[in-house]
Amino acid sequence: MTVTPARAAGAVLLALIALAPLVPMAGMKQYVLHVVIQIFVWSFIGQAWSLMGRFGLVSLGHGAFLGVGAYAVVLLWNFYGLTPWVGGAAAIALSVVVALVVAYPCSRFGIIGHYFALVTLAVGEVVRLLIIAERDWTGGSLGVTLKAASDASLVAMQYADKRVWYYAGLGLWLFGLWVWARLDRSMARAAMEAIGEDETAAACVGVRVTRFKLRITVLSAALTALGGIAYAQYITYVNPETLAGIGVSLRIVFAVVLGGMYSLLGPTVGTALTIALSEWLRIVFGVKFIGMAETIYGLLLVIFIIFLPAGIYGSLAALVRRRRPAPVPATA
Amino acid sequence: MIDPIFLVEAAVNGIMLGGVLALLALGLNLIFGVLDIVWIAYVDLVMVAMYAVYFLVMVYGWPIWLGGLGGVVVGVALGILVHLLIITPILDSPPVNQLLATGGLLFFLQSIATFLWSTDHKSVRVSLPSIELGGIFVSYPRLIAFVLSILVMVGLYLFLTRTFIGTAIRAVSQDRGAMALMGASPQKIYVVTSAVGGAMAGVAAALLSIQYSVHPYFGAAFGPITFMICVLGGLGNMVGAFIASFVMSEIIAIGGVVWSTEMGYVIAFALFIVMMFARPGGILAKRQ
Repeated sequence: MTVTPARAAGAVLLALIALAPLVPMAGMKQYVLHVVIQIFVWSFIGQAWSLMGRFGLVSLGHGAFLGVGAYAVVLLWNFYGLTPWVGGAAAIALSVVVALVVAYPCSRFGIIGHYFALVTLAVGEVVRLLIIAERDWTGGSLGVTLKAASDASLVAMQYADKRVWYYAGLGLWLFGLWVWARLDRSMARAAMEAIGEDETAAACVGVRVTRFKLRITVLSAALTALGGIAYAQYITYVNPETLAGIGVSLRIVFAVVLGGMYSLLGPTVGTALTIALSEWLRIVFGVKFIGMAETIYGLLLVIFIIFLPAGIYGSLAALVRRRRPAPVPATA
Repeated sequence: MIDPIFLVEAAVNGIMLGGVLALLALGLNLIFGVLDIVWIAYVDLVMVAMYAVYFLVMVYGWPIWLGGLGGVVVGVALGILVHLLIITPILDSPPVNQLLATGGLLFFLQSIATFLWSTDHKSVRVSLPSIELGGIFVSYPRLIAFVLSILVMVGLYLFLTRTFIGTAIRAVSQDRGAMALMGASPQKIYVVTSAVGGAMAGVAAALLSIQYSVHPYFGAAFGPITFMICVLGGLGNMVGAFIASFVMSEIIAIGGVVWSTEMGYVIAFALFIVMMFARPGGILAKRQ
């Protein structure tokens, strides 16, 4: 691996991120760590979404996987005392089942584009409404608090120290980047791009459309569920509005589109910006103007989608590429 | 066991609800058919128009019918504004971006409504009695809403089939390219379509505001079901949307009585998902 300026900058940045919790920040430390952990987890979820989104499989129902993952792990712990390490595996398996139940017929019957978006939107709503309807053990719209473990924080996956979550979040985020990069270089990418362009044509040249679509959907759903589990364990509280349904599903999509869904760091940039923006607006306007922060957020989203359709990171990357002379294609 | 009379009552209420849902679905479907864009924020426009009706009637003391007309005017204005400000610049963008731009509008409308009018439920109080028919209670406002929505739909049908501009709108929804070749201005048709879609939202707002109280998350409550109805009926298919409205509203109404409101919606959405697989083109499409 040769050292290029971009790689060197990346390495320095990563080192800085890794060392950040060691920097003394007085009273601000807990808050800063909290914001950054949220950025890690939601970026990871955004990356998971973009695995599908970049190939034209625009899901507006990723809240379903998030909700299934988070609720399964929390309920298994609360009612059966099952450690999240096992419960998490069960939760991911469950969300994979949900993904297959939806994705198989979708792919089999050629449901794409608008229709795919609306079917997934319905799936997200079904999960949200089921959580609310089964209020006897899910707590309905009030949500559920994760039972605090008496001891053995590793078994319960509960840590009071935010630094632990910081590094866990960092690991999760890097794992998401790795998956993204791995897929980007694989054969699956070429196949999926062909499918995204024209399914019939792809099938004609021998691409197994259903198989590739199912694989990518399962991968995306499993990672999203993992993100949901991490979020639930960190916040120790789950709520149907924040973890399932149309609201959170759209938020995931927005953050990714804002950053740019065709680039490695796009989801992260978008998520970091939206979270930083809403935190900043919250600090500026406080509780005096409830809704003001979100109003500006919504307005910016519309403006960004109109004027920067490739996303912030995507547009910047394109700009840099245009400035620089075209790279010489590597001879293999 | 549930007394059958409750089921009958639920069925009747379902038909009433279906009328208003059909209005929403037809407005959204008209826009989709012509512009090929799903306005995710459509029911949030209805929410804003409902606030307009509320303020005109309850704060400025307009009579209810005039307030309702005011709501329609607000709906038309919103439809045109959305088209000119948001849709026009991104007409040639990928469908995802178009979907998301109106999704951003959804966030904007929800939160600005929270900011301006708080999350309190506001209702237009109309003191009208319920009618009893053989043990079944039907609320008078619902009956009025149902009858009016049917009349408006007939009006829409006549507009689309009997006027020149209506015919042009239907022509665009069939073949966008050919329309420009025939010398009609697509841009003008788009604006008119958005205005008519906005008017539908306004009428629905007026009719909904005498039955439900309005709050910033009203769109989130009625939005998903409206999309489902449009797709179930076949996106762009008016007759299909009309039938699908009643199917869905019956499921919600009867499911609500037998289990719970949420379960009614769950069953309706589940049916939608299953129907998508069985008949991807909508309930009226021929199987390929």
